[in-house]
Amino acid sequence: MTSGLATTGSGTYRPYGSGIARGREPANLGDILERVLDKGLVIAGDIRINLLDIELLTIKLRLVIASLETARDVGINWWENDPWFGAESSNGSGSSELKAENRRLRNRVRELESGGNGG
Amino acid sequence: VAEPAGVWLYAITEGIPATGLSRLVGVGGMPVRAITSAGLAAIASNVGLDEFGEEALRVNLDDMTWLEATATAHHRVIDAMSRAQPVVPMRLATVYSGDTKVHAMLGQRGDDLREVLSRISARQEWGVKAYAAGVLAVGLGASAGGPGRGLAGSGAEYLRRRREELVASKQARQEVLVSAERVHQALSRLASASRLHPPQAPVLAGTRATMILNAAYLLDEARHRQFSETVQQLAAQHPAVQLQLTGPWPPYSFASLEKDGHAEDGQ
Repeated sequence: MTSGLATTGSGTYRPYGSGIARGREPANLGDILERVLDKGLVIAGDIRINLLDIELLTIKLRLVIASLETARDVGINWWENDPWFGAESSNGSGSSELKAENRRLRNRVRELESGGNGG
Repeated sequence: VAEPAGVWLYAITEGIPATGLSRLVGVGGMPVRAITSAGLAAIASNVGLDEFGEEALRVNLDDMTWLEATATAHHRVIDAMSRAQPVVPMRLATVYSGDTKVHAMLGQRGDDLREVLSRISARQEWGVKAYAAGVLAVGLGASAGGPGRGLAGSGAEYLRRRREELVASKQARQEVLVSAERVHQALSRLASASRLHPPQAPVLAGTRATMILNAAYLLDEARHRQFSETVQQLAAQHPAVQLQLTGPWPPYSFASLEKDGHAEDGQ
């Protein structure tokens, strides 16, 4: 209707003209995941976060990686101060390096685990 | 008294929570309680380490169905709490081995936590996304796939059209980028702080349009109306981008203990 206003395809958001000052609109899953996985206060609990980081990074990459490639094509890079992406700020191939590193670590963990079970 | 197997944290509040915790349902369907210490309260659930321990989390976080249920439950608790008082949301999967460790953390990090609480007090987070309004996607498609190739009469004709496409798409991109930048600048002036997040993948955002801007703004409660009106005005002024406003959110994007990157305009 009005140019410039967007709603998502899923229809979870109404155009914000309607009722924005009243209650909250239902949040979509992507927005929730982005915030709970990547934002929020980080205080290391008693579970070893260094191992969890590997998993969270996998999810993080899955969530945004497709858009990063498109975004680079367009010429935007303003999230690159984000610590999650620090490793790839120097060149454009960082995300694939990160993936490869992630894969190596997973394989290593698997090796160690299967070695332990076998012995 | 036996300590629970694991204590999952949702958020930190100051004093005793104003929200009826008994009405809330936490991760794994667990009840929600408060662990208070040093004038602060950690909002928490007891969780089994068979599902929320280190080994289990490594597997479960990769399972989208589990992740969706857990992330949603985590968010719901934080969201409900944040309606009644300022809360510092915790990153997903912050798990302690017992109440004793949580007490210790509240004691050690108390000053930092109070500082974050005062920064976000009487403020809420709003999200604004900008999408390229159509033109850009066509431009990108053309440069990636060359859809007109089969129709080109000759190599020279193809090259000419290709050049025109590239020029047009470059101009379209430029307009989109400038628009997104102006939108962000205008909205930042109304906010006490702002954050730029990576654009989301189209599948995640539930749309095919290319996301150009994915920003979060920390707004005084008194500014909400002015902010949403400004978003509407900006949408009309910048037809190259489509804008989407979400919120209010608990202040996820502004819960960090780091002080850098805060654009406290003091307006």
